[in-house]
This record gives sequence, C-alpha cells and structure tokens, in this order.
Amino acid sequence: MSRIAARFAALRQAGRGALIPYLEAGDPDLDTAAAILRGMPGAGADLIEIGVPFTDPMADGPTIQAASKRGLLAGATLGRTLSMVASFREHDVDTPIILMGYLNPIDSYGPARFCADAGRAGVDGLIVVDLPSEEADLLENHAAEHGLDIIRLVAPTTDEVRLPTVLQGSSGFIYYVSITGVTGTRTASEADLVLALPNLRKATDLPVAIGFGIRTPAQAAAAVRVADGAVVASALIETLAKSLDRHGQAGPDTVSLVLDQVRMLAEGVRTARVGAQVKEIVA
Amino acid sequence: MRRETLRPNTLRSGPDERGRFGIFGGRFVAETLMPLILELDQAYEAAKADPEFRRELDYYLKDYVGRPSPLWHARRLTAELGGARIYLKREELNHTGSHKLNNVMGQILLARRMGRTRIIAETGAGQHGVATATVCALFGMKCVVYMGATDCERQKPNVFRMRLLGAEVHAVTTGAGTLKDAMNDAMRDWVANVADTYYLIGTVAGPHPYPAMVRDFQCVIGDETRVQLHEVEGRLPDAVVASIGGGSNAMGIFHPFLDDASVRLIGVEAAGRGLDSGEQAASISRGRPGVLHGNRTYLLQDEHGQIQEAHSISAGLDYPGIGPEHSWLHDIGRAEYVAITDDEALAAFQLCTSTEGIIPALECAHALAHVAKIAPAMGKDEIIVMNLSGRGDKDIFTVAEHLGVSL
Repeated sequence: MSRIAARFAALRQAGRGALIPYLEAGDPDLDTAAAILRGMPGAGADLIEIGVPFTDPMADGPTIQAASKRGLLAGATLGRTLSMVASFREHDVDTPIILMGYLNPIDSYGPARFCADAGRAGVDGLIVVDLPSEEADLLENHAAEHGLDIIRLVAPTTDEVRLPTVLQGSSGFIYYVSITGVTGTRTASEADLVLALPNLRKATDLPVAIGFGIRTPAQAAAAVRVADGAVVASALIETLAKSLDRHGQAGPDTVSLVLDQVRMLAEGVRTARVGAQVKEIVA
Repeated sequence: MRRETLRPNTLRSGPDERGRFGIFGGRFVAETLMPLILELDQAYEAAKADPEFRRELDYYLKDYVGRPSPLWHARRLTAELGGARIYLKREELNHTGSHKLNNVMGQILLARRMGRTRIIAETGAGQHGVATATVCALFGMKCVVYMGATDCERQKPNVFRMRLLGAEVHAVTTGAGTLKDAMNDAMRDWVANVADTYYLIGTVAGPHPYPAMVRDFQCVIGDETRVQLHEVEGRLPDAVVASIGGGSNAMGIFHPFLDDASVRLIGVEAAGRGLDSGEQAASISRGRPGVLHGNRTYLLQDEHGQIQEAHSISAGLDYPGIGPEHSWLHDIGRAEYVAITDDEALAAFQLCTSTEGIIPALECAHALAHVAKIAPAMGKDEIIVMNLSGRGDKDIFTVAEHLGVSL
C-alpha cells in the first residue's frame, strides 16, 4: 500500500480527517523551508504538500505567487526540492509528501527522469496544476512505474459528464478545488461543500481533500466534516511572510510561528468530527 | 480527421483533434478552465458551420473594420532598396489601426452567441486592448483589460484610448510588468469569473481552440493578399514577410500560402539588444519547446524550465513564447524565422516613414528591416509582400526617446 493510501486508511480507522499543510520549496530560503518541513509532522501535519516554485503560477493568488518568487530567488529548483524531500525521508518514513507545481519545470527536467528521481527521493504524489486529464499521458506511465500517485483537481466547474474523464487514472486522493478562483482568495461556504461533495463521493472511492480558501482552524474543521482532508496554504505562507525582515530574510521565530499555526489547524481538524457528533446529540 | 479526408496533402488542416500541430499546441490549463475551453471549442465549431455567423462577421469586417485593406505597391521603398518589388498589406488602415480588430470582431460575435456579458483581454502594446475595448463599446459589453505596468507606462496613449472607450485597465505589477504577466493575470481573472466572462485572447497562442480560432479570423489578411496580388501581378509572391510576437499577423498572412511551396514565408522575431545579449524576445531563435499559457511551444526559458523575461523595443513583441503553429512550421521547415534588433527596427521605422509616408508600428518595422536586408539581393522581377500590421502613432514616444527628442 502506498504511503498516501496507508495514511488515509489509518485516519479513517481513527475517525478523523487529514490536515494537509503546504509550504513553498525554498521560501524564504532553502534551510528555513527544510526546517519547516521537518517540523510539520510533529505539529500535526498528516500529509504535506510542497509547492515547486515557477515563474508563472497562473492558478495561484498573490500570496503563493510571492512565495514562489522568494523560492526562486533563494535558488529553489526541482532538483533541490527533491533533495529536500530526500533529507526529510532520513527522519520520517511515514508522512506522505505531495509535490504541487506547474508542468514546465517537470517537462524541462524530463518526465521519465523526474518520476524516477522523485520516487527515489521519497515523494508520494504529484499535483500538476496545468496538466488536465486530456494531456496526462505525458506523465502517467512514468509516475505509475515509480509508485507516484497522480492527484487530480476537481473544480466546481467540473460537471457530472466530465467527472469520469477527470477521475480516470487518478490515484491517492482527489483534490477538490472548493472555489472558482485562484488560491488564497475566497472561502467556500460549508453549504456549498455539503452540496458538492456527495456527487464526487458517488463517482469515486478515493479520499477527497478540500483546498483553496481554507484559512482558519474552524474552516479546516468544516472541510473535514464533509471531506477526508483539508489543505491549508496561503494562510501559512502569510504567517511566514509577516515574520520576514525587510530584506525578506527569515526571522528567529519564522519556523516556530508557522509550526504553531499548523498546531492550531491540526487541533481544529482533530476535534472537528467530535464536536459535530456532540452537536447532533444535543440537537 | 474529417478535414484531412477532405483536403489531403495540405499543411492547412491542423490542428488535430487534441489541438496539436505536431508536438505543439494542446490544452494545458487548470481543471477549473477545462470545461470552459471545451465549451468554447464546441461553440466555435458550431459558429464556423453556421452561414449566418459568417454573414454577420463579413458585414462587420466590411462596414466597421473597413475591409478589404489595400495592397500597396511601395514604389519609393522598392527604388530605394533596388531589388524585389515590395508590396505592403495595409492592415494599419483597419479601424483602430491594426490587424487586431479582425480577430476581435470574430471573437466578440462568438462571445455574444455564447451569452457572455463580460470580456477580459490581455495586451502588450495596447493594440489588442484598444481593439477589444472598441468592440465592447460597440456592443455594450463590460470590458476589462490586463496590461503590464511597464507597458502602461510606455504606451500611455493606448491606455487613455481604452479608458475613453469604457474599459477598465488593470496595470499588472508582477514580473517585468509586460505581456506575459498580463496574460497570467487575465487567466487568474477568468478562473475567478467563469460564469459570465469570455477571455478574448489576442494572438495565435493559448490553449486550443485559441491558436486555430485566432488564425482563422486573421486568415482574411492572406486571403485578400492572394486575390489582390493576382489582380495586379497575376501571380503568387516570392516571399511573404511578417513580424512575430505571439504571431497572429504573421499567421494570418502565411496560412493561405502554406500549400504554395514556391512562396517563402519569413517570420521576423525581435532580437532586442542582440540575440546573444540576454535581452531579446526571439522565442524560436533562442528558445526551446516547453509549456506556458495553455500550450506547448518554443519558449525563452532557463535550464530549470523557468520562463525568462523577454525584451524588445516594441511592447507588442516582448513575449517569451510564440503561437504553437509557428513552432510547428519552424520544425517542419515550411517557414523561416529570423531576428531583427531594436536598432535595425528603428532605422526601418524611419525608412518607411520617409519613403512611403507611412508611420509603421515598431512591430512591423522589424519585418521591414528584414525586407530591407533581403530585397536588394533579389531580382527586380521578384515580389515581396510584407504585412504592415499596425500604425506607429502609439510608438512615437518610444521612438522620440531613442532619437533623443523630447516631446
């Protein structure tokens, strides 16, 4: 069983959802990003998503754009991102790692070589934002050969007719983009999610994580009441960005501030369903 | 497939059903946009098959855009260069002053058919933005134009024109504040406003069906050129020359000649301060294939696949990519792609102005500079057609600055 499948199975057993925090590789520098990554499981991350910096992150809002730019300035590359994962794996063999990014750096690296190196470094899944199912043959076979899950995005615009096309060949989990928009801008209402999720559940047995617009422990809790996981990105990056000095350098408390926020989000996610059950009983 | 059966052995049948020209093109967009792109593809196919759509477009092209545009025999320029006979396809005489309106007119009619009420566009030099704002005013539609902050600064008159026409102009400050960044922000807007918004792309790039659709709307340039040149010369040209940013004016004049093997097709990229200066916009001459803005094409990028900033004296050319069909024409050797520097373009700008009384856009001054290179070596019985795709009023401030004149 893959690390991602094993983690979701264990969480289901425990009756709770997953917290999936995000960090941008190399943001604000290679060492600080690596320290945040190392600290995340201890702070309550169940899976971790790592953004691979790209010059033109078309689906991202200003917060992740800025993080991507800082990462590039600090010298983050696809190769260095894989090295960071490999170092992380020396101390943690269980926490699933998902790389999220855009196609061109992977295409430039070479899809076959990239999947081999990513598998060897200990990466578990890939989210390639601008690689829709129609173009996925570019990566699919190489990913499968090296045990990497291809995690597909499903959006509010994905209708029932199209859904089977999107789900075909997807593995690991489904990433439900909860809003039409870029990352970190708006937040979907719980009512929207309650409407959207059952259709998705009918179409797939894979776990579903919700992303885009989840900022607070309460919102993360709401997400895992209807889904299997909550991805939090921009809110964590904002915390990081605020801790930087005026030259963009990490402050003494950058790592701890981000990890404290992960802890609070994890607390929200861990108590979400307990609270919901109590409410139902009281009602 | 169907088209291939109908027209065997033609270079004009692309793209295939996946939107590809050889390995180029495709649809590399986020899932949120994918359903919209598929809907657009269907709507465009239906419009193409509807004679009423063609009639409506022809009506607006004739009475509003001012087509056909003349094919001008540039006698003084020909005499000055002393070689091939030079003809200029006068796209700068279209309403709003460039070829951009051909495509914009087609797409706005399509957007209306699709029931969209809000139009977004990206623009570099502002020609496409002005054309889009114009048709939005004509049809009473809401218009939002994304333009790099750097471009806003060097193309102030066009920013003012767009605002007069009722468009909202967003100055984009990310990256170098040029066309690439404007395109990113237009895509972000589209993702956030999928319900009522139509993204009106200005060049033969982006996810399928845009490269094919914009090409089809621009083919009116080459179609007219064939007829007009046949009337005056009774034959095909020996060379067709056009400048390339994204490549829409070039594709519009090239495409109707693709199957005429005797016609040399020459695309002129911007070499900026020199092809090896690190400050250029020549995607084919100095790029390699990659994926950006929804399509696979030649891109200026570093060894890690990060996109590089492009530079050209012309805000309309400094884009690090090029339309995917051009990439394919390059790889199969059907079209030639060359590059012209800022200085060469400036000299050609002055040459055209002083010999023909036509102030060309800096974009087409690049094409003209290449014409000036090849014409003298060609025979007097040979013919070059150059696409004069836009007028240069918008560029006089840039040119003045480079000539050390303060306006």
